Amino acid sequence: MTKVHVTTSINGDETEFLCEPHDTLLDVLRNDLSLTGTKEGCGSGDCGACSVTLNGRLVCSCLVLGVEAEGAEVGTIEGVGEADNLNVIQEKFLEHAALQCGICTPGLIVSTQALLAENPSPTEEEARYYLAGNLCRCTGYDKIIRAVMDSAETMRGEVK
Amino acid sequence: MSEAKKFNFIGQRTIRPDGHDKVTGKANYAADLSLPGMIWGKILRSPHAHAKILKLDTSRAEAMSGVMSVATFDDLPSVSNEAIQSGEGAIDSLDLGRNVLARDKVLYHGHAIAAIAAKTVAIAEKALELIDVEYEVLTPVLDLHAAMKADAPLLHEDMFTQGYPEQPEKPSNIAARHELKMGDVEAGFAEADVIVERDFVTPTVHQGYIEPHACTVSYNTEGQSMVWCSTQGHFDVRASTAKLLAMPLGNLKVIASEIGGGFGGKTTVYLEPIALILSRKSGRPVKMMMDRDEVFRASGPASAARLTVKVGGKKDGTITAMQTSIAYEAGAFKGSPAMIGGMTAFTPYNCPNVYCETFDVVVNKPKVAAYRAPGAPQAEFGAEMAVSELAEKLGIDPVDLRLQNAAKEGTQTVYGPKLKAVGLVECLEAAKNSPHYKTELKEGEGRGIASGFWFNIGGQSSVTINMNPDGTGTIVEGSPDIGGSRASMQMMASEELGIPLNDLKPIIGDTESIPYNQSTGGSRTTFATGMAVIEAAQDVVHQLKERAASLWNVTPDQVEWRDGSAINTAGEGQMTCAEICAKCEKTGGQISGTGNVNARGAGPSFAVHVCDTKVDMETGKVDVIRYTAIQDAGKAIHPSYVEGQFQGGAAQGIGWALNEEYVYNDDGVMENAGFLDYRIPLASDLPMIDTIIVEVPNNFHPYGVRGVGESGIIPPLAAVGYSVGDAIGANVSELPCSPPRVLKLIQEKG
Repeated sequence: MTKVHVTTSINGDETEFLCEPHDTLLDVLRNDLSLTGTKEGCGSGDCGACSVTLNGRLVCSCLVLGVEAEGAEVGTIEGVGEADNLNVIQEKFLEHAALQCGICTPGLIVSTQALLAENPSPTEEEARYYLAGNLCRCTGYDKIIRAVMDSAETMRGEVK
Repeated sequence: MSEAKKFNFIGQRTIRPDGHDKVTGKANYAADLSLPGMIWGKILRSPHAHAKILKLDTSRAEAMSGVMSVATFDDLPSVSNEAIQSGEGAIDSLDLGRNVLARDKVLYHGHAIAAIAAKTVAIAEKALELIDVEYEVLTPVLDLHAAMKADAPLLHEDMFTQGYPEQPEKPSNIAARHELKMGDVEAGFAEADVIVERDFVTPTVHQGYIEPHACTVSYNTEGQSMVWCSTQGHFDVRASTAKLLAMPLGNLKVIASEIGGGFGGKTTVYLEPIALILSRKSGRPVKMMMDRDEVFRASGPASAARLTVKVGGKKDGTITAMQTSIAYEAGAFKGSPAMIGGMTAFTPYNCPNVYCETFDVVVNKPKVAAYRAPGAPQAEFGAEMAVSELAEKLGIDPVDLRLQNAAKEGTQTVYGPKLKAVGLVECLEAAKNSPHYKTELKEGEGRGIASGFWFNIGGQSSVTINMNPDGTGTIVEGSPDIGGSRASMQMMASEELGIPLNDLKPIIGDTESIPYNQSTGGSRTTFATGMAVIEAAQDVVHQLKERAASLWNVTPDQVEWRDGSAINTAGEGQMTCAEICAKCEKTGGQISGTGNVNARGAGPSFAVHVCDTKVDMETGKVDVIRYTAIQDAGKAIHPSYVEGQFQGGAAQGIGWALNEEYVYNDDGVMENAGFLDYRIPLASDLPMIDTIIVEVPNNFHPYGVRGVGESGIIPPLAAVGYSVGDAIGANVSELPCSPPRVLKLIQEKG
């Protein structure tokens, strides 16, 4: 099989890679680009652990082919914030103890960022439905939802 | 613990030390490690639930370009029936080996038969298709009724039921039968004014960790081999893998990666021995990762169960007798937690007359693994449903009936000891006084309440605290951190040393950097490993005082340790931890403290949950509209993570009660092996889960800690189940209360 050359932008960095036509974007991110912050939980688009943005749209990277990243802008957890400069959502997840094992956390943070970009003032119900594609088995979602609502409030305060 | 201890760090809601790595994607989980030259392993799995393997020929696959090595059962050195520690119980190594790679027979759909390592996953998957297997398909045994019949097809021709005075004449699928009894149940039921007797059924469910099993390994012929994997117990992975491969323990280093959920399911081995064989035969590092459907089909579900429960009570509310007969599916190999079901079922009650009969039964399904309070939720579901019905029939409030009969200090358990101080009464009182319980139900809503008991364990933990020349330190522990335990270790060490949290970095050491630690399970980590941390920190303090004394030329008993500094009580002077550590070179070398414990006295943690549901009478869909989880933590080290355990357990229990079940077809093929069809609770399925932390100190821990990880999954089954029955006016006896089942109950009621 011949590999395909792809030019894309990942977290604002221009990036080139070679991939098989059948490789998923998730495989490329994790195995070829060593961006292992994006996790694989199911490979079938059911768990949301691999959530990334593609041209600003929230997607499961296990359902996107690597070649579809050609000319696109990809956003992953690695682009959300740095350890010494956390994004508000990341801070609120820590403050609210909204993670236990942490495997779903990168996907949830990417999804929350997409939620709040679309809807800066979600109701609890809106947040719960938007994040229904991100499975968490540890927390029962209570502290996650609190972190999301607090993030929204804080971010609204910041832009005012 | 007569007076409340004053704490500086314990009880605060600190930021967990591993948090930044986890919110930025830097934390490395099982599938995140790659090594130079690494190849990929995949597994051939059985298409049949029950079959003899007549022929297994891997030669065509081995000849394929890009294939590097092949593994089958024949690559395992001869394994015996010797018991080895695996998870929360022992498993015999022959069964473990035959579960890892089938020998002679496949015993469930998805049972591993052979594995291939190749340069890419695609090549490995292609090569699997070239393995020739001939099967003689046998009738699968798919449930307890079928398995327990006298003429049932046998999974193991050489298995005779254990637990009878004499070995039965014929082999059976019933691996073991046990009895637990105290008092005289016949006399107890004769005294009763009301008796409730019902049958209950619970389904096969999966732990549902989001991270699939995965590992990266490197075999080293001359020196030390390495396994990197996601596990709750890397020392147990070492023991099991070394046993199956006949390696000395010292030749195998196991590194516990960050773990993406386990809940008991990551306490045994599936991939690790196979990957190591593939690595040995290819000379290359090997990575393996299960697909989600492999996780469902071939890793640790929890037992499906059938039980009959009978409870009797007097008009004044005294429960006079409690009895149950319990059968649990073990999956393909013996070893379900049926007896634990018997031990836990009625322990929330101070009832003198108890009888439990338990059966451990093999069926053609994956071998069960521990799942949060393994064995307790199924049995306590039946017991709590029956007690709630008894309360209703006696016309007594269900909390009051439980309070009147509550187990407390001195209550005799059916499994042996009398309970020490426990907090069930306090949990029930908290439930009764909660805003939730005082909320009146509207038309169409139902309420359920249930208690849960789990023993908790202690066991062996070893911790080293290595101090650095600048006065900071590293806490090296051996308990994989599955839910934030590094935060509590850091807090306990800071509490003893009196230095800031961030000066102490907790890490999970690999199997060669720290002595043996039991796995993270049994709600033991904060309790037992916490005790080892406290002991290690006290050891450091002791040495710091000695060093300060030598610098001041006084005796150590003239030095006091206060708020992270040594105080010279014989003269003037104060030295901080950092100042003493900076001078270690002059006072005898560097400082490290150790704590090696085999912790006894784990205090049971009782839980009480209240659940309100609303049922759509047209579709049978159940919504949980209000939920409160109350539990005794002894002393909550980090309240947020204690609440998180309550909420996580509640959510898993709600899933068990409402949606989750393995659906099999007649051939024994699981039809819903994915998160779309095996539906764990979503954010949109649940309300906020209110929590109340009760603190009745465990006097066997320096701070009063009780493990909190497990009890929370027990009460939801009956709290939800009874609530649904209350809402629709029918008796719920079978879980899950999924829409079709609830609709049937509604229709039958008419």
